[in-house]
Amino acid sequence: MNDKSDMAHAARPVASTDMSRRDVLALAGATASVSVIPTLLDSTAMAETAVASITVLVSFTVNDQRQQLNIDPRQSLLDVLRETLDLPGTKKGCNQGACGACTVLVDGRRIVSCLTLASMHDDAQIETIEGLEKDGELHPLQEAFVAHEGLQCGFCTSGQIMSGLGCIAEGHSGSPEEIQFWMSGNICRCGAYPGIVAAVADAAKRS
Amino acid sequence: MNMNIIGKPLTRVDGRTKVAGKARYAADFNQPDQLYAVLVSATVGLGRVREIETAEVEEMPGVVSLITYRNAPKLTYLPHKGVIDPAVGERLHVLQDDTVRFYGQPVAIVVADSLDHAEHAAAALRIRYDAQRPMVDHADQQVARIVPEAGGADRSRGDADAAVAEAAVKVDEYYDMARENHNPMEPHATIAAWSGDRLTLWSKSQFLMNEQAEIAAVFGLPTENVEVICPFIGGAFGTSLRTWPHVTLSALAARHVQRPVKLVLTRKQMFFTTGHRPRSLQRVALGATPDGKLTGVVHEGTGETSRYEQFTEALTAVTDYLYSCPNVRTQYRLAQLDTGTPNHMRGPGEASGIFALESAMDELSYKLGIDPIELRRRNEPQIDEAEGKPFSSRSLMRCYELGAERFGWARRSPEPHSMRDGRLLIGMGAATATYPAFHAPSSARVRLLADGTAEIEAAASDMGPGTYTSMTQVAAEYLGLQLEQVRFRLGTTDYPPTPSHGGSWTMASVGSAIRAACLEAQSQAAQRAIADQNSPVFGVSREGVEWTEGRLRRRGDTLPGLSYRDILASAGNPIEADGFARRDPEIAEKYSMHSFGAVFAEVAIDPDVGTIRVRRVVGAYGIGRVVNPLLAKSQCTGGMIGGMGMALMERTVLDARDGRPVNAHMADYLMPVNLDMPELEALFVDEVDPHVNPLGVKGLGEIALVGTAPAIANAVFHATGKRVRKLPIQIENMLTA
Repeated sequence: MNDKSDMAHAARPVASTDMSRRDVLALAGATASVSVIPTLLDSTAMAETAVASITVLVSFTVNDQRQQLNIDPRQSLLDVLRETLDLPGTKKGCNQGACGACTVLVDGRRIVSCLTLASMHDDAQIETIEGLEKDGELHPLQEAFVAHEGLQCGFCTSGQIMSGLGCIAEGHSGSPEEIQFWMSGNICRCGAYPGIVAAVADAAKRS
Repeated sequence: MNMNIIGKPLTRVDGRTKVAGKARYAADFNQPDQLYAVLVSATVGLGRVREIETAEVEEMPGVVSLITYRNAPKLTYLPHKGVIDPAVGERLHVLQDDTVRFYGQPVAIVVADSLDHAEHAAAALRIRYDAQRPMVDHADQQVARIVPEAGGADRSRGDADAAVAEAAVKVDEYYDMARENHNPMEPHATIAAWSGDRLTLWSKSQFLMNEQAEIAAVFGLPTENVEVICPFIGGAFGTSLRTWPHVTLSALAARHVQRPVKLVLTRKQMFFTTGHRPRSLQRVALGATPDGKLTGVVHEGTGETSRYEQFTEALTAVTDYLYSCPNVRTQYRLAQLDTGTPNHMRGPGEASGIFALESAMDELSYKLGIDPIELRRRNEPQIDEAEGKPFSSRSLMRCYELGAERFGWARRSPEPHSMRDGRLLIGMGAATATYPAFHAPSSARVRLLADGTAEIEAAASDMGPGTYTSMTQVAAEYLGLQLEQVRFRLGTTDYPPTPSHGGSWTMASVGSAIRAACLEAQSQAAQRAIADQNSPVFGVSREGVEWTEGRLRRRGDTLPGLSYRDILASAGNPIEADGFARRDPEIAEKYSMHSFGAVFAEVAIDPDVGTIRVRRVVGAYGIGRVVNPLLAKSQCTGGMIGGMGMALMERTVLDARDGRPVNAHMADYLMPVNLDMPELEALFVDEVDPHVNPLGVKGLGEIALVGTAPAIANAVFHATGKRVRKLPIQIENMLTA
């Protein structure tokens, strides 16, 4: 158990990866913190300042870059990517886990980054849309999205492409029907679905 | 000059930017020293704010300011009536008093040092209200129905009611379409930053010039003190045409805390204050002779509006001109509800009205025993009979012919409930689509640079149709340059003014302005060459030279001629030309200008559980010149998918007790996902319309959606023999099929 808390006076170290979501939320809540904080801190006075500034230390890799962050444990991975790490390519469409615009790869798996807390991903390898282009060359799936008109407004596109990478890696791109099924967590309100399916199918063939 | 770049199926010029995640939408423009604002929305549907417990929240971690009507500055709210605003009524004035007019109205803003702190504090804020029960049910007989004061609500020719009453064959039915929300993928967002009395807004907007003018009016500033920036829009479908309260509030908050402020609406808040397609209740009555000639048409419709503004849309307009009939009466009313003001949503009015009319036409075809397409052919007008003018072009029957062939309409057996695929019931339906071919005044600027390339600027928007690409094509075509030699920029009020990005008029309006600017730039370049003593065309008259593929030469000459680069190299300064275009009033007086299309749908329905699956949609459209067939087809199939949502999924459900949208969630407001997608095909008939505008384009965004819903509803009837006159059609409607 590593000490990932920045609270130097914490009576008990807090490892972000050991905390359940409920613990994290309770820690973060000003009113709910009463039952938790005393076990963590030496004094009530300390608790008051700690509530205002409680953070956890997390380190993970984003697009091959190591990041070490003191973050509010309530922060979603999405908000940390967008607001802390200045990676706005990942989009917040609903913040409800229902639209897929915020899809990223975490340790190779596609997840909606709005429904996961950043503090839960210590040591993880995170890939976002910004990391796909290598030395000025687009990833074949990115190229396919342009070639097959797999986008209109472009707002869902980052999530579609990251989800498409996951779909291909999972082996779920064997037929257009299979792609449709496994890409249905990513809504495209413009209705560019025909192009999205064609792009994923094309890139799958080439990979 | 014709290089045939217009008409080429080119991929998007901004495609690379978008797939790389580098396209920046409003919420992506974080500013140095920026704070985060979160709106608190009223949790009652009507009443007054009685008590706000501010003290605790103000002391929460990171909170910089809590703004309510009690401490908000009084805003100037100078009169401003944008062309997109309802003609009657006054916009919501936010945080100016304790009144709550509808559920979700903003009642407070929390500004904090981080998004999480702002969200947490906003969630903790306790507000007590004196609440009344709002009136939110359009169908409630107690709801006041008014004649829209803006006029144009009633039109009539002949005696339609008598004609229907006396008709040999008639249909007289009521239709009910649910309230819809636009639900673009990108939530509304504004980042506001003040510098003295100058304000910059990075804001999601389909109408930059109006947002600039409105915010200037609200804050009592000179218009030029406000700049609005929006290079990319993550879908909008109408919801960003108006400037909604959150834009004002972001600027108000930023001024209050003297720091840049970012305000992004939650998905839930997207159902409150940013407009919706109003639920419509309609009656269509048709009378016809036994051989299918319409003798009378009555179309009465009611839309919804708020108590404080009269939102109107063209609910019954299509009925006036779509078919030939001597006796037609249309009537439009508004139900005033305790709701936020609705607004335009893709195919506003037309999409709703045509569902009723085309459902009724389909119903009439069965009563007559006449094929639905043949029925439309027998009522095809020679002119717009409401206006008494010829159509500038009308290809409806050609659309039906092309679409029917592609769709395989001949395979359809005429009887309902007669086609099966195994145990599934199969249905085929068709419906007409139409939308006006608008053209609004617009301007644009062209700059020819020393390296022979061109920059084009206009305060336009691109919410997805491909404005960046299509405008680049127009400029390249008229300048005679390669696509790569033209850079088109949009998305700031610093550029020449354009109309709103809506109403399917961007291509016609902005495109025509760019054409005009390109021709003016060429003219200036020619004059410069003619005046240059070292030029081979020195001293030649203006009429004595011509441009061919971007090169200037003496008329009839076979020498290579001069490129822009040659001309500019010898004279230095870039050439800058402004262009302006508007519809010739004489042409507008002379012709009725509309797009037409025919939409075909095939559905498969499980007779045991009632699930409806759309298998195929084919749409054939007469939209004048198609600038980019790749993007146009994509826009069309996208519109069809929107129409599928309208037919089978989309509805915003309100709690009658307090007006709360109960499904304000992307998982509960159903929209088509990838797996719902049928085979989709968009076709365009060759149509040359020399009247609509210099480009000959009629617009595409709206008509792509109009007509799909009735085609699907008609297919459902054909499959089951069950006529559903309420959208969305749901499984329970099929239980008795």
